[in-house]
Amino acid sequence: MSDSNRNGSPASLSCPSPAPKGEVIVLGHGSGGRLTTELVSRIFLPALSNPVLDRLNDSAEMKVGASRVVFTTDSFVVNPLRFPGGDIGSLAVNGTVNDLAVAGGQPIGLSAAFILEEGFAIAELEIIAQSMRTAAERAGVAIVAADTKVVEHGKADGLFITTSGIGVVAGSIELGPERIRVGDAVLVSGPIGDHGIAVMSAREGLEFQTTIVSDSAPLNGLVSLMLASGGAIRCMRDPTRGGVATVINELAKSSGVEIVIEETAVPVRNGVRAACEILGLDPLYVACEGRLVAIVESADADKVLAAMRRYPLGADSCRIGTVTRSGAPRVLLGTAFGTTRLLDVLAGAQLPRIC
Amino acid sequence: MKFVDEFRDAAAVRTLIAQVRATITRPWTIMEVCGGQTHTIVRYGLDELLPGEVTLVHGPGCPVCVTPIEMIDLAIELSKRPGLTLCSFGDMLRVPGSGCDLSDARAAGADVRVVYSPLDALDLARREPSREVVFFAVGFETTAPTTAMAVRQAARLNIPNFSIIAAHVRVPPAIEAILSSGDNRVQGFLAAGHVCTVMGIDEYRPLVEKFKVPIVVTGFEPVDLLQGVAMCVAQLEQGRAEVENQYARSVRNEGNVTARDLIAEVFTFVDRRWRGLDTVPKGALGLSDRYAAYDAIQRFGLTPAPANEPVECRAGDVLRGLLKPAQCPAFGSRCTPDHPLGAPMVSAEGACAAYFRAGRLAAAATEAK
Repeated sequence: MSDSNRNGSPASLSCPSPAPKGEVIVLGHGSGGRLTTELVSRIFLPALSNPVLDRLNDSAEMKVGASRVVFTTDSFVVNPLRFPGGDIGSLAVNGTVNDLAVAGGQPIGLSAAFILEEGFAIAELEIIAQSMRTAAERAGVAIVAADTKVVEHGKADGLFITTSGIGVVAGSIELGPERIRVGDAVLVSGPIGDHGIAVMSAREGLEFQTTIVSDSAPLNGLVSLMLASGGAIRCMRDPTRGGVATVINELAKSSGVEIVIEETAVPVRNGVRAACEILGLDPLYVACEGRLVAIVESADADKVLAAMRRYPLGADSCRIGTVTRSGAPRVLLGTAFGTTRLLDVLAGAQLPRIC
Repeated sequence: MKFVDEFRDAAAVRTLIAQVRATITRPWTIMEVCGGQTHTIVRYGLDELLPGEVTLVHGPGCPVCVTPIEMIDLAIELSKRPGLTLCSFGDMLRVPGSGCDLSDARAAGADVRVVYSPLDALDLARREPSREVVFFAVGFETTAPTTAMAVRQAARLNIPNFSIIAAHVRVPPAIEAILSSGDNRVQGFLAAGHVCTVMGIDEYRPLVEKFKVPIVVTGFEPVDLLQGVAMCVAQLEQGRAEVENQYARSVRNEGNVTARDLIAEVFTFVDRRWRGLDTVPKGALGLSDRYAAYDAIQRFGLTPAPANEPVECRAGDVLRGLLKPAQCPAFGSRCTPDHPLGAPMVSAEGACAAYFRAGRLAAAATEAK
């Protein structure tokens, strides 16, 4: 199940005991952190449970005749609608393409559903629709179905977009967290956190000047090259909401392994680092929209990295960690000083510090 | 990145650790005052690198953590009023009041907004003159000047629909309260560099003279903290008790005079209860008579109701350095960032949150080595 609340609004926590937990949705339920997981396992899984959904992958894999297809859906509620390096339209296309791509699927068609708020400028919608077309062309996929609804003024924040996508998986591709083994290498396809910081820099109330642009981009071309390299790729994820730390935790949990990330090996642009320093954020939890994390057999890591680096979107790919042992699902971070700490999943979204 | 990388340099860290090892002859207990310092220590495992003779205890320097529960209840009560917008920093939304927190109030329909500066709240008041806009002003002397600026601007521009809940607190009275308590075990302090950037270092001289403890004004990066520890240990070993300034690249003796003048104009020292420290004489900033009209508590006729902390929460002992977060029986089991009993488990600067996030549950990190 894939869901999204990409405006990164402040999270929330429940009442302390002994007061009863308020039974309403809080923003933290959309943060991708522990509260989201709780909501999915408490409400959605019991109601909708089936073998495909229960795997909780970014894309659901199903058999249609002799073919394997992957299917995914994602809603986009980014604020602001346009940001350096993209807008909600290109984001919606790339996000769904990427969920298919990291599952090994070549996208064959997307759908888009629009919820429009009364009063929304049609000129703005036109720009966003064009941006979706450009993004789809870049990814080599068409938007083949769409739907439009309009709600009263005040009932939506301008524009929400939900995209779904279908992809086909070539016969020889086998990916999944259950394939991860001790000794495997953890790779990332480029500098992290660009998207999150680009959006924050454009958000009202937090204006700061930066040259950082969102990394929003389709990853299916990069994934094709990786798969063609012949290296043993175990599993891939795109670290969107919750960032690299969150997806690596998901991988550790679903495969039951311990993963050690070397902090000094994680690529972060200076502008992103500086913004994170000022705001008190950890780049490991900041969203990317055009990066992937891959777990690869150690002996093949260099071969896969070489393939990634030949592709513009993967030019700065590097190894950031290792699967160290099984039976202890957790992620540890090694610091420059030789100390180690747990790299946990956040409860909700990160909040800028007070002082 | 300039001004950051050199203060996270592994070789410099090793040199400072060696320096402390070479100097130290017996156990010393040192408190870092500020929650930001605590987070650096735990994040980089600096306490694990230091020799066993150094015990670092974590101080009350987390503004969210020391804000008394009755003040949070007031803010929640106020936020529920129609036509009123309550603004605060993001951290404040998740801190438990006696019933619920501000984010619960928001989910229930209250207009609660996160701002990054009090001036944003003032701006909101200017743009929406029909709404009352209240800024819940928390923080130490570091954030007080911007609150003071917002209040002064409100007066100058005659913006009548803006007011604040003044919950700012001061560091020196808290250090005095810790040193005066019978069960104190702190022998030296790393003072909070950013507070001193505003206030200067002279406020600490009377404390050093009265209590004969070294106070080293210290920055927030690993090299800063280890240098602060090295300077503090050197003083302790030599039997000196002085105010020293490790963070000279940011802190001048006189502080930031403009910011200090602003605080002096808008605020006055008041006694207030701190979570964990009871009433701290002159431990807080209240609005001065000249700006009393901007006091939300007076404007809306609120009366703080006595509120009880959760019995199980040992935040008070943690904030006074008597208990390490992981020693609290509720830590990591009945108290987690998802379901916090007290503020130190919530705030980005809280010691319990720092320990939890770094996985200090059952020595997870050392077990892995």
